[in-house]
Amino acid sequence: MAREGRAGPRRRPVEPFLWLLFSGGGMAAAVLVPVLVLLFGVVFPLAGGPPYDHLRAVAAHPLTRVALLGLAVLAFFHWAHRFRFAVEHGLGLGRLDRLIAPLCYGAALAGSAAAAHVLFLTL
Amino acid sequence: MTAPDDTAARYRRPVPVLWWTGRRPYLLFMIREFSSVFVAWSVVYLLLLVRAVAAGPAAYRGFMELSASWWMLALNVAALALTLFHTITWFVVTPKAVAVRVLGVRLPAFMVAGPLYTAWIAVSAFVVWLLVR
Amino acid sequence: MSAEPAMRAAETAGESIVLRVSRYLPGRDAEPVPRDYEVPLREEWSVLDGLNHVKDVLDGSLAYRWSCRMGICGSCGMTVNGEPRLTCGTFLSEFAPGPVVVEPLRGFAVIRDLVVDIEPFLGKLASVTPWLVRNGAEPPPDAEFAQTPEQLGAYKQFSMCINCMLCYSACPVYALDEDFLGPAAIALAQRYNLDSRDMGAAARFDVLAAAGGVWDCTYVGECSAACPKGVDPAGAIQQYKLTAAMETVRRFLLPKGAR
Ligand code: SF4
Ligand code: FES
Repeated sequence: MAREGRAGPRRRPVEPFLWLLFSGGGMAAAVLVPVLVLLFGVVFPLAGGPPYDHLRAVAAHPLTRVALLGLAVLAFFHWAHRFRFAVEHGLGLGRLDRLIAPLCYGAALAGSAAAAHVLFLTL
Repeated sequence: MTAPDDTAARYRRPVPVLWWTGRRPYLLFMIREFSSVFVAWSVVYLLLLVRAVAAGPAAYRGFMELSASWWMLALNVAALALTLFHTITWFVVTPKAVAVRVLGVRLPAFMVAGPLYTAWIAVSAFVVWLLVR
Repeated sequence: MSAEPAMRAAETAGESIVLRVSRYLPGRDAEPVPRDYEVPLREEWSVLDGLNHVKDVLDGSLAYRWSCRMGICGSCGMTVNGEPRLTCGTFLSEFAPGPVVVEPLRGFAVIRDLVVDIEPFLGKLASVTPWLVRNGAEPPPDAEFAQTPEQLGAYKQFSMCINCMLCYSACPVYALDEDFLGPAAIALAQRYNLDSRDMGAAARFDVLAAAGGVWDCTYVGECSAACPKGVDPAGAIQQYKLTAAMETVRRFLLPKGAR
């Protein structure tokens, strides 16, 4: 049967690495993100947050910085992977994979760089 | 009448562009995928907080005021709901996606899911302890 | 005596149910058209029995596939009220008072009425080297190759597949991209990959990890929900993703010669 080429996304050898980042991000986010959103997004704004000095000490601790950077990088790549397929499959745009995928993973890369900047250069 | 050309006349049912709206399991799947947007937002929000903390007590106060505004609260309540949905679906799916074998026998799902939930509770408790002691 | 007296009464009253069957004759119809047939509603009648009644009594021109009537041959899969089902294992009474909408399996090209083109599916099955690869280490033909219960258990679930294609019909990724290798073929590859007698994993890797392979899957999970045999093809795919990712990392880290 004649077909006008593959309708879906084309694969690159980088795919398994992207999937590993996606999976790591899914796991890290599953364990860490709900409690952080609950505290900083809902409880602290309503009931008052921790004193500034304590929060600064916790945030500036080297282990916290490394952990937050790891969470940020993995979570951003987790988003990039899911968002890429959600757009390609959910809106029938698989043909545009070569445009959509670089945009998604590129955004994750930029976000990771921004996270590194905030955590290690401003703090 | 001649026999119709068997190969030329096949019917292909078109897939609606928004195929996932028509069936509940597909819709839940899409919500699961969409939860990743809120995972990313939560991390962005945390980084904005860290940036405010780095900038000094006044900036931190400013951020806390912003975070108490009704629309930011609404956004974060939505983020909480969807990141919880992410966690639950992730833990439901992981025992099926990873076959853990001990002495050649695959562990039942609850023995994979159990440690996941335990780790979730332990990490959450640690974060609470770290921040509000 | 029946536990369902109401049902009993209805049957003796000759109650019936409407089968709304998708009809398509290439050359005549531009697209399938639904046609209603009234068939007896009997407690023990499956949707397939209803179709057989149509064919035998009402309209002999209806085309559909079936054989075993006991969930073994895998040929009677159709879309019943929107869901992929084996029609021999799906009962009319589930849909009372009707109508029961019977359409061909989604995701496949329709040849006629309820008959779909299974050639692409058969090609996918064949592409994963679905036999024991021994790489020149074939045991003599009269030799036994004993396996422990654990070794059997590693792949048994994936060997239960009856090639009914319900999983493909439930898979939106396959519906969008017919080049996707798909659930049953990947589960079949795992059936051999996980067999202690097999040596073909490396050859299958080249198919499973290539374009159209496991990396296309987004784990919607509906293939496993549709499977009548508990094969869990979605699980097979995710498990293989981890295997393939590890293999890729290994090949990436090891110099060419050391593999
Ligand atoms: S995996 Fe299950 S649904 Fe798919 S073809 Fe095999 S038996 Fe049918
Ligand atoms: S007729 Fe054989 S599986 Fe239904």
